[in-house]
Amino acid sequence: MKTRTLLLAAMLSPIATGAMAQANRNQFPQQGGEALYKGICQDCHMPDGRGAEGAGHYPALAKNPKLAEPGYPISVVTQGLKSMPAFGGAMSDQQIADVVNYVRTHFGNTYKDTVKPEDVKNAR
Amino acid sequence: MTDFANEKLTRRSLLTAIGLAGGTAAMYDAMLSMGYAANSDFTGPITLQGNAKDASVVILGAGIAGMVAAYEMRKAGYKVKILEFNNRPGGRNWSLHAGDSYTDIGGTTQKVDFAPGQYFNPGPWRLPYHHQGILHYCKMLNVPLESFVMYNNAALVHSANAFGGKPKRFREVAADYEGHISELLAKATSQNKLDDQLDKDEKDGLLQMLKSWGALDKNYEYRKGDQSSDFRGYDVPPGGGLQAGPVPSDIMPRKELFNSSLWNALYFPKQWDFQGQLFQPKGGMGEIGKAFGKLLNGVIQYDCKVTNVHQDETGVTVTYIDSKTGGAPKTEKADWCVNTIPVSVLSQIPMNVGPKMRAAIDSLPYLPAVKVGLQFKRRFWEEDDNIYGGNTYTDQPIFNISYPSHGFFEKGPAVLLGAYIYRSGMRVYNFEALSAKEQIEAALEQGSKIHPQYRAEFMNGVAVAWHRVPWTLGCSGLWNDALREKHYADMCAVDNRIVLAGEHCSHLMAWQEGSVLSALDAITRLHKRVMSA
Repeated sequence: MKTRTLLLAAMLSPIATGAMAQANRNQFPQQGGEALYKGICQDCHMPDGRGAEGAGHYPALAKNPKLAEPGYPISVVTQGLKSMPAFGGAMSDQQIADVVNYVRTHFGNTYKDTVKPEDVKNAR
Repeated sequence: MTDFANEKLTRRSLLTAIGLAGGTAAMYDAMLSMGYAANSDFTGPITLQGNAKDASVVILGAGIAGMVAAYEMRKAGYKVKILEFNNRPGGRNWSLHAGDSYTDIGGTTQKVDFAPGQYFNPGPWRLPYHHQGILHYCKMLNVPLESFVMYNNAALVHSANAFGGKPKRFREVAADYEGHISELLAKATSQNKLDDQLDKDEKDGLLQMLKSWGALDKNYEYRKGDQSSDFRGYDVPPGGGLQAGPVPSDIMPRKELFNSSLWNALYFPKQWDFQGQLFQPKGGMGEIGKAFGKLLNGVIQYDCKVTNVHQDETGVTVTYIDSKTGGAPKTEKADWCVNTIPVSVLSQIPMNVGPKMRAAIDSLPYLPAVKVGLQFKRRFWEEDDNIYGGNTYTDQPIFNISYPSHGFFEKGPAVLLGAYIYRSGMRVYNFEALSAKEQIEAALEQGSKIHPQYRAEFMNGVAVAWHRVPWTLGCSGLWNDALREKHYADMCAVDNRIVLAGEHCSHLMAWQEGSVLSALDAITRLHKRVMSA
């Protein structure tokens, strides 16, 4: 069934080149916290993690106390929150752990506890 | 395959399966390709029956939905006021011209250095003939429309992994697929391999059709020659006088073509949304918003950032600050409220509605999308390549190049759409995360693979990544079937004195027609409530 649904998705999708391409293009290729942050997160949270303000806002990650408990960023990245899209389907446990660890150790954040892929797996 | 063919798949179960397998992006692609996301049910202008007797309404947002609501409600006797975040009408109905500038939410300002008369539509850019709602308002506002060229046989199809990365003309790709498929089907038919499905008359009819439709020769084969070149084009086209006769062109080998992904582009002209005739306003899509803004002169208050929406038994109070300077909060009071603020933004604004509408507002992610406009010194696509309007597709991240549908044969600089990225899976987010400068550079780099003239002819460009647009935080509501089932009705329902409207309250995701139809439906229901109050 799984093979067939992937194939169907590929058939219906105008720029896929096959089931494999379809699977790949819905996964982020970036590996490692920095590459993931720069490839995705900085779009809204800005390269320096300060967030941004317009009619609505993107929260700052720099010195954000909500990052103290790692379960919170894991949940937001995986499940999304309001205008923040859910990226759980597009990133592996390892990728989510890496990007959460990156955010929690940069932009003035100095949390010492490290998130492991198993923590992400359990939170899914 | 037998298993697949026999399985009864409804459109909904298929979409659910795709959603599970491929995530939201795949689902959105699939929904677009199935035409599920865009059906206009516009049946004509509405008349709100019964005089509202000076009941007042505050409308949040001067985009298409907000201005349609304001115009129609004013006509029905309402006192109408619109609060708008920007200092112009239109919202996502927006064109950038020479002298304009755009500052994204990160504070990056791009100055638009186009030649006079040139423009770029960061948002909507085409109006299908069956979007009769938005077309009605164009007519009403006397916004002149011209043809939008969606499909051009001379435009290009490109895959980095096929034919050495050399782009092919649409006419060549279409003719060769249809030719090869016709030959195969003709063979199967005449070799009696389809006898369990076709009787003799059907076989004769099919063969006759395939010969003509697929440009097959007298042996029912797709070969280099006059028939195939009449569809795919000649190496040397027919000339006059003593010039050489026509020289037919080589067809693409079946194996290489079938192993490529070029077929993906053929889907566009077939899809209902993109079938001719399509239109565009002369001078840019933003002309609709401008004309609407003029019509509603005095009704719209600009530079208002809404910070709170509060309703009670006496009315609705909207609190706002100056979107540029901040300052002391002000309030606007009315009996009713039509709220067209994109829910990506609205989810952050306190508003006392019931838990169901709140859950709906908080549930909807917004589509990522990037558009890049590039100005070149001359129309090399016309002058060198005989491409007059239309769209080129590539499997590179830029996805879509679109040539201007206006100003044909003009000398001097011209702007084309150098990238339109929204249906490339997660690559869209990666492209959005680049800086505007990097986006323009990527559009140039990838576009050069298709048009080698790019680098020498380039003048300047503008890039708009929709998640960084300060007043939408994304391109459009990104519904999928599961979300829609759970939240859509609650999103659209009237909550006491407040009703939401906009493309996010429609089945026409990202289309202006969705904004029009949503507004008309929302105010019709609100008005009914007002009349019965």
